[in-house]
Amino acid sequence: MGYPHKSHPRETPILSKYFGDPEARTLEGWKARGGYKALPDALATDPVAIQNVVKESGLRGRGGAGFPTGLKWSFMKIGDGKPHYLCCNADESEPGTFKDREIMRWTPHALIEGCAIAAHAIGAETCYIYIRGEFTEPIAIMERALEEARAAGVIGDNAMGSGKKVNIWVHRGAGAYICGEETALMNSIEGKRGNPRIKPPFPAVAGLFGMPTTINNVETLAAVPHILNNGPEWYKAMCLGSPKSNGSKLFSVCGNVAKPGNYEVVMGFSFKEFLYDLCGGPLPGRKFKAIIPGGSSVPVITIEEAEQVKMDYEGFMEFGTMLGSGGVIIFDDAQSMPKQLARLARFYAHESCAQCTQCREGTAWMTKILERICAGQGTFEDLDTIFELTENMTGKTICVLSDSCGAPVCSGITRFRGEFEALITGKRSSTVAVG
Amino acid sequence: MADTKLINLTIEGRAVSVPAGTTILEAAKTAGVLIPHYCYHPGLEIAGVCRMCLVEVEKMPKLAPSCATTVAEGQVVNVYTQKALDARKGVLELLLINHPLDCPICDQAGECELQDYTFQEGRADSRYHEPKRFNPAEDFGGDVLYVTNRCILCTRCVRFMGDVAGDEALCVEERGDRAHIGIAPNHDLSHPWAANVVDLCPVGALVSKDFLNKARAWELDRTASVCPNCSQGCNITLETRDENVVRMKPRSNDAVNHFYLCDEGRLNYSWINRDDRLETPVVAGKPATWEQALAAAGAALKGATAHVVANGSLSNEALWLLKQAVGTGKFRVAKGSEAALTGVKDLALRADRTPNATGAEMLGFTRAEQPLVGAGKVVVIAGEMCDGLDTSAIAGATTVIVLCTVIPKSLPANAILLPIANFAEEEGTFTNLRGRVQRFLQARPAPGHARASWMVLSELAAAAGKKGGYASAEAVFAAMAGTEATFGGMSYDSLGLKGQVAVAAGVNA
Repeated sequence: MGYPHKSHPRETPILSKYFGDPEARTLEGWKARGGYKALPDALATDPVAIQNVVKESGLRGRGGAGFPTGLKWSFMKIGDGKPHYLCCNADESEPGTFKDREIMRWTPHALIEGCAIAAHAIGAETCYIYIRGEFTEPIAIMERALEEARAAGVIGDNAMGSGKKVNIWVHRGAGAYICGEETALMNSIEGKRGNPRIKPPFPAVAGLFGMPTTINNVETLAAVPHILNNGPEWYKAMCLGSPKSNGSKLFSVCGNVAKPGNYEVVMGFSFKEFLYDLCGGPLPGRKFKAIIPGGSSVPVITIEEAEQVKMDYEGFMEFGTMLGSGGVIIFDDAQSMPKQLARLARFYAHESCAQCTQCREGTAWMTKILERICAGQGTFEDLDTIFELTENMTGKTICVLSDSCGAPVCSGITRFRGEFEALITGKRSSTVAVG
Repeated sequence: MADTKLINLTIEGRAVSVPAGTTILEAAKTAGVLIPHYCYHPGLEIAGVCRMCLVEVEKMPKLAPSCATTVAEGQVVNVYTQKALDARKGVLELLLINHPLDCPICDQAGECELQDYTFQEGRADSRYHEPKRFNPAEDFGGDVLYVTNRCILCTRCVRFMGDVAGDEALCVEERGDRAHIGIAPNHDLSHPWAANVVDLCPVGALVSKDFLNKARAWELDRTASVCPNCSQGCNITLETRDENVVRMKPRSNDAVNHFYLCDEGRLNYSWINRDDRLETPVVAGKPATWEQALAAAGAALKGATAHVVANGSLSNEALWLLKQAVGTGKFRVAKGSEAALTGVKDLALRADRTPNATGAEMLGFTRAEQPLVGAGKVVVIAGEMCDGLDTSAIAGATTVIVLCTVIPKSLPANAILLPIANFAEEEGTFTNLRGRVQRFLQARPAPGHARASWMVLSELAAAAGKKGGYASAEAVFAAMAGTEATFGGMSYDSLGLKGQVAVAAGVNA
């Protein structure tokens, strides 16, 4: 279901099938809807076999990077004598993204089952679900569902009577965007300041509490039980574009659009159809202008480009942007791109963890330049400075927050330079109806 | 080290072999290349945050932070490629956009890494046209003032306090460009080793309140020395301006103090500069020439058994000559409370607040709470100020010979006073509590007619009919090494500026 709207017939509701159905939240209700079928079998299966099933399915990380999930799990050396940890990244803070929130709100047990299977598959007995602090309702729902699952013996020291230990705990974030970065997330769980760590060592070698750790996104983990129930071929077959992108994907749609919300489609779906049919097109009297397709960190593209895109990892890459987290932000012709991008840059300047020089100083500087341009006091030189600054901020820091600030801004200037120049020369762009 | 695997790599075209696990930054030092850096410090955990030490490593797609990248076999590292230079130039520009550029009033100017690297690799201009960030300066307590606007957030101070001092007093507060170093509630930098953050700070953000606006870095003369304030024997640099000591800074020595110096040690220096000094020999209450004074003292010593009171702040050379000229004796040791720097093995402000108690004991002098007790007809007091001592014990003495920097209290009016230099005004060695013999050099001239203590004692020995006439502290040391087994085989050359462990001190030192 494309909650809060009725499911569109062209959607493929797998994760979102029970969105809006309050009974699916309870353990009993979830079992009646086919839940916890995969877990007992999985707990009796060799972890490496589960890793291989997930590898074959072609499932890739839904948090943004798109790293193959099964491969990530296979980095965990089973039986190395160390405690392993699973972290579920539910710190969904990427502007424009709200899919994990809905998974936790409506189908908490789907995530619990996914976590339990993944924990077993990587040899972990403990899983932390790190939930964004602002998600008060999802936190309450997750806590309740975990309580229920523990009481019913679904998870715990003897999960589903298998003799295996699977303990899952909720860890509430405190409102920092950067804690969604996997190493910052681990620091945060450890009680430290949420600063990203230098890699290597990678989490699979030394992660949470210095032990081998895997971090997966909520949507990734929620998809795992379905893969086990239906087989990897079923999942792999869900593909309309590049053979490297499989399965269904939730897209969160927001901005200047008739029907914002979450939509679940098969990888490779036509973005044009998605925008105009599923999402209902632009608001009356408006036209789409620009789209940030994968959460605010990815480059912005024009609607002309977007209409040609196939919605998968490779499809977005073809047009110089990324699938990212699937947070589709739509701007129509009433929006001023300089203003929108200045707002985005301000977000990154606010959220920089302040470790790396380029990010701490660069994001703030970029914001100041953009805000000055918006105030009509920019110069052409400023645009060059932004590009050089972005070059300086890209690929040189511990994490990619710094890169994420420059990417949408520079792509925006490249594609909508006229609007910036109009502000600089004092002539408002004719394409902007409302400043 | 013998069984450590060596890794071969090329840095700036120079072949280097370093033990496995070494960082590129450290490996480059062996090739004579100092890669610019701020957050990295060899004594601290690696943070990798300033991003200043980016270098190009062949076959790596991105520039590598050399402080956090370990060497690999066959690696080719280029420090000065255009790509690496551009990246570092970019970092410098960003570090300076909000920096107040108040070098003319900043204590760090002249010894500031932000200045140095900007001159070396930075831009001549800035493209920053926005208002600069402003935060007020903050008193961190202890000797430390935090000038927020100059801070580059390298976090060396945070890591030192947390990891080395074991007192998590500092942290990074806030995020983004609002970030600054914060101090934890109910904490201040009164930790006995906290002032090291001033030395660690690569810029002028953490400055010493004691040194504030006292001198410009380029006006200072620097002399290698040893801290005289306790028996740890921390290596220091004495910094003088117009012949006055204005600052004491740690000098690195991995065997003694690594990179550190305690607050009490570094701040207790004003006595070196005191101007109420004894500047001329005194005989029978009247100023005398050295010839008159030494003749009088020599005459009194000839054939007499003298009671000797020494001091643990005298050099080994002076103590040995005292032993030669007169004999060994007693000395007292000032005591204080111990304060360890927990993150470094065997480093503490020691209870013995004197630099050479171990050396004195090795030469045969013995500790005594009241060293004057038991004085006979002839008494020699060397380096002891007699504060708090009961001087009635020497009331009956016929001759009292005093070697001193300032005139001790309540001495007989007929005492022969011989003015000597303090440790900063002469050359010599101290033996620390682990038996490490370390040299200190002369940092300022002795006042008036005062002479180096070894010279005075050498002439006193000659006047008393013993062997004297040494030409230098080095010659005294050589003679001492020839007779005292403890110092066997040592010379000023072999000691260098980091010292050597005395034979008698055993292997655990």
